[in-house]
Amino acid sequence: MFPPVPNPTTGPQSPKFGEKDLIRRSASTVTPPAERQTEVAKLIDVSKCIGCKACQSACIEWNDTHPELETNTGVYENPHDLTPDMFTLMRFTEWENPETNNLEWLIRKDGCMHCEDPGCLKACPAPGAIVQYSNGIVDFVHENCIGCGYCIKGCPFNIPRISKVDHTAYKCTLCSDRIAVGQGPACAKACPTQAIVYGTKEEMKKHAEGRIADLKSRGFENAGLYDPPGVGGTHVMYVLHHADKPEIYAGLPNNPKISPIVEAWKGATKYAGLAVIGVAAVSGFLHYLVNGPNRVSEEDEEAAERFTGDRSS
Amino acid sequence: MSTDKDYHVGKGDSVHPGKPVTVDRYTGGARINHWITATSLVLLALSGLSLFHPRLFILSALFGGGQSVRAIHPWVGVILFFSFLGLFLRFWKLNLWKREDGTWLARVRDVLTAHDERLPEIGKYNAGQKLVFWSMSVLIVVLITSGVVIWDQYFAAYTTIEQKRWALLVHSIAAILAISVWIVHVYAAIWVRGTIRAMTRGYVTGGWAWRYHRKWLRELVAKSPTKDTKRTAAE
Repeated sequence: MFPPVPNPTTGPQSPKFGEKDLIRRSASTVTPPAERQTEVAKLIDVSKCIGCKACQSACIEWNDTHPELETNTGVYENPHDLTPDMFTLMRFTEWENPETNNLEWLIRKDGCMHCEDPGCLKACPAPGAIVQYSNGIVDFVHENCIGCGYCIKGCPFNIPRISKVDHTAYKCTLCSDRIAVGQGPACAKACPTQAIVYGTKEEMKKHAEGRIADLKSRGFENAGLYDPPGVGGTHVMYVLHHADKPEIYAGLPNNPKISPIVEAWKGATKYAGLAVIGVAAVSGFLHYLVNGPNRVSEEDEEAAERFTGDRSS
Repeated sequence: MSTDKDYHVGKGDSVHPGKPVTVDRYTGGARINHWITATSLVLLALSGLSLFHPRLFILSALFGGGQSVRAIHPWVGVILFFSFLGLFLRFWKLNLWKREDGTWLARVRDVLTAHDERLPEIGKYNAGQKLVFWSMSVLIVVLITSGVVIWDQYFAAYTTIEQKRWALLVHSIAAILAISVWIVHVYAAIWVRGTIRAMTRGYVTGGWAWRYHRKWLRELVAKSPTKDTKRTAAE
């Protein structure tokens, strides 16, 4: 058992991190703090998850969202997908293990992975709408969000959702407001089996090691930690019993990284594009400077008068 | 290649002999159509650039902030598309490629040094104007198509995220090219004096037509009735 985050004191506290701890800020440059805070992480052990959705309820409760009531379409996912009002979602997969012929019921809690190299932040055009704190939390700042949806294209995990109500993007905050005052995320707090635990990234990796060893001893040879290096690692990690094929867990990407199309758009295109426009403008300016205007001469006017006069009179 | 007879003269073009000679080049409808297109294009460039590079985000203030840019930009795009469609239908025939256009283009050095006397006689549009026309036509189709794909407010459900990523890249590149073509277009109009009046007041001087679009002038004179309506001096 991993020791849970203790209950808070009831007195007021000042937040443990804020503006001064930003290491990235969308569409802006920040001077990173001299000292980085200890990286935090949430570890989701899918092998311990019982699919009770207490995490979803706790998330709704803490964030005070009101997901729409939907119709039962014969699947366990409820709601049908992540929405602007549902930041985390249990995804259920029935998978037939070809080696054992056993049906395995895979349940994965989907939500923001809090990438070390966040694609959403890279794609975002609005200064300060997406920020990354030095403890690893990637957060959306709603008053700066313009609702363009570029974060959706930047994200390798298909997480952000745009609200039709206020036209801003929503996703899991890792309960940054709770963590700032020494609490753990609401979902971790509510999880009855400790399938979700929260602590420093180092602690979580260590805890995962123990879990993986346990799973291996039970015959899950490919058990492992999902902390994908393609996005610099994540601050939400999974323990998977089949870590060699993460895609069986409702399409968890194998080796996710920021799409090369997004990299090209936000990289070369951005600079080359402005350069092309600049060259066009400067060429025009220089041409004018060197040649001066192209004017119609008196002779041209006279020629035209002769020409039209001859014909019409 | 089409015959030289047909397409050098636009609807409403006519010569008014006098001192100076004036030549009607654009009807009121064409001019209004042009300026609606021009205004939308400038608004689109400013709002689009504000989302293109962080340094240019400040431009969003012209529209009342990022949220407004996000909401307005696509609608202005729709206006531009239909407005440009109007221009396209008006002018496409006059922009068909002709034999003299190749010669004109081969002598681009004379074009840029204003040695117009060394250039072949040209109809209503020269090769440069035709290139601007056709590249804008293609780019605007690319822009409206890719633009709809990334118009998430209404069309998010119809394409995959991967398709939207491509659309974003294509939209940005096409926009850069369109802005560059626009710079060429505006510069040419400023550089060649007497051109802007064609799009504001609707006419050019006879000398202008003689110097830059002599074939157009010849055909206009040829088709004009022997007793032309003469402009009074006051006009």
